[in-house]
Amino acid sequence: MIDRYRWYEVAAVYAGIAVFLFFVLAPFIEGFLVSLKPLSQLFSTPYSFIPKNASFESYVNMWRSVPLLGLHIFNSFFISSVVTLIVIVVVVPASYAFARFSFAGSGALLGGFLAVNMFSGAVLLIPLFRLMRSLGLLNTYWAMIVPGAAFLIPSSIWLLRTYMMRIPRELDEAAWVDGASRLYTLRRVILPLAMPGIVVVAIMTFIGAYAQQFIFALTFNSKTEFMPLPIGLFAFFGNQEVQWNELMAASFVGILPVMIVIVFLQRYLVAGLTAGAVKQ
Amino acid sequence: MTSNRSAVIFALALLAPALIYITIIVAYPLLDTIILSFTNAALRPTYDFVGWANYQRIFGAGDFTEVIIRTLVWTAFSVSIKMIIGMFGAVLLNAAVPGQTLFRVLTMPPWIVPMAIGIFMWSWMYNGQFGMISGLLQNFGISDGPVAWLAYGHTAFWATIVTDVWIGVPMVTIYFLAAMQSISKDLYEAAWTDGAGRFYRWRRITLPLMLPAIITMSLLSLIATFNSFDIIYILTRGGPSGATTTMIIDTYNTAMGSRKYGEGAARAVVICIFVSIFCLVYFRAVRRLSQGEAK
Repeated sequence: MIDRYRWYEVAAVYAGIAVFLFFVLAPFIEGFLVSLKPLSQLFSTPYSFIPKNASFESYVNMWRSVPLLGLHIFNSFFISSVVTLIVIVVVVPASYAFARFSFAGSGALLGGFLAVNMFSGAVLLIPLFRLMRSLGLLNTYWAMIVPGAAFLIPSSIWLLRTYMMRIPRELDEAAWVDGASRLYTLRRVILPLAMPGIVVVAIMTFIGAYAQQFIFALTFNSKTEFMPLPIGLFAFFGNQEVQWNELMAASFVGILPVMIVIVFLQRYLVAGLTAGAVKQ
Repeated sequence: MTSNRSAVIFALALLAPALIYITIIVAYPLLDTIILSFTNAALRPTYDFVGWANYQRIFGAGDFTEVIIRTLVWTAFSVSIKMIIGMFGAVLLNAAVPGQTLFRVLTMPPWIVPMAIGIFMWSWMYNGQFGMISGLLQNFGISDGPVAWLAYGHTAFWATIVTDVWIGVPMVTIYFLAAMQSISKDLYEAAWTDGAGRFYRWRRITLPLMLPAIITMSLLSLIATFNSFDIIYILTRGGPSGATTTMIIDTYNTAMGSRKYGEGAARAVVICIFVSIFCLVYFRAVRRLSQGEAK
């Protein structure tokens, strides 16, 4: 193969990676260390990075400060799961249609879907608020689920369409020649083959839905019991003197499940990100 | 198989759920925003059409123009820094050193963890009296007193950019890394046998071949950054005294804060015009790049 790294090149790469990862991870490291600090030490000078008399005190106390923490975490999972379900149900047939059929206006339609991706929910907040109000969905899970799913549909169509285009057309045609209906072909031939792609899309959607629960929850729901994790913490700590060590502890408990999931699923994440983006 | 009628009907049937969903939840609200922008809608249930009054008001006062300029400057800085750090990260993560896979996984948290939670951590780091950044600067004697990053206009402006960069970097890095790995190894081998050094190879092979990826990512990132809401809202809510008020924040504060729906909608329409321009540029670039590839 190509030339080997000299020792100073290896050192430079590691030093660079250290700097890069420090930038990426510093808030998490600092957040975790703060969660271990007792309150008294939090506000002492000079500042110390490493906690003295580290304790898990705030992991105990936070349950008193944010009694609904468990519910907020559940809400986040619940909202993301339903969003994922809706997205998959809507996106699988649409992706197949875009991957296999071209008719007058299908290109424009696909472009239209992708353009939806570019408009942020914040821009549509007023009419969405009116819509949710008139549908009677304000202060329910649906006020966060319905708009949340809408903004994840376009990118999922993009991803799954790319995946389905790689499945050879001959398979569809062979099934039709054998007399299978189009729907039967989709269900029995394409769906099983597309399963790995669907799994990637589902994971990406779930993570996206979990990561982005803020603005719709902020605007369309004021009931504490329906709040997803980010808003639950924001609403609670925004209202009073912030107990930083408890906020950090609660944040860590909240993100731990996703972190674990990521470690196991990182392959799919990288695959999904690159498949969706590199080739059009 | 493409043009016969039953195939088209079948395709439309498959598209129907997505089409209906997006029409109700995105297209209709978009239309409603435009209509509302010509009314004096507010919290009360009835409202009247007022023509261009909202637009005259927001552009007449002058501070909206200021908000537009600030948004563009904020976005430009944030996107450029993301591209530079993302490229730096991709080059490093592409180097064949032990631990590569682990390093790649460690890059992902900012992108995957709920955005708001990452931002809580930044807001602690920026804390003037006890936060890490100010604390370390004092400990090392670089600054003699506490620096409350979010309390002053110019530092808050940069602080929100840094956090935005932090959130965007993982995606840019992984994307650049993927683009880098799709470049044929033969090119590097050939250049290496000709005696080209590592930097020379990066500049003459990697960079030019990654140009399509860089352009695509810059435009996608431009749109995402332009629309950035959570970071500024949680860190500063647009303050201090408007120093971090971008168009999105401004629209939110007008519409949801002051409940001036009509005026908020007019601001939202201006955002939509900007986004549409970016979209158009993006689609053009993508078409151009894929044509170039086909040759």
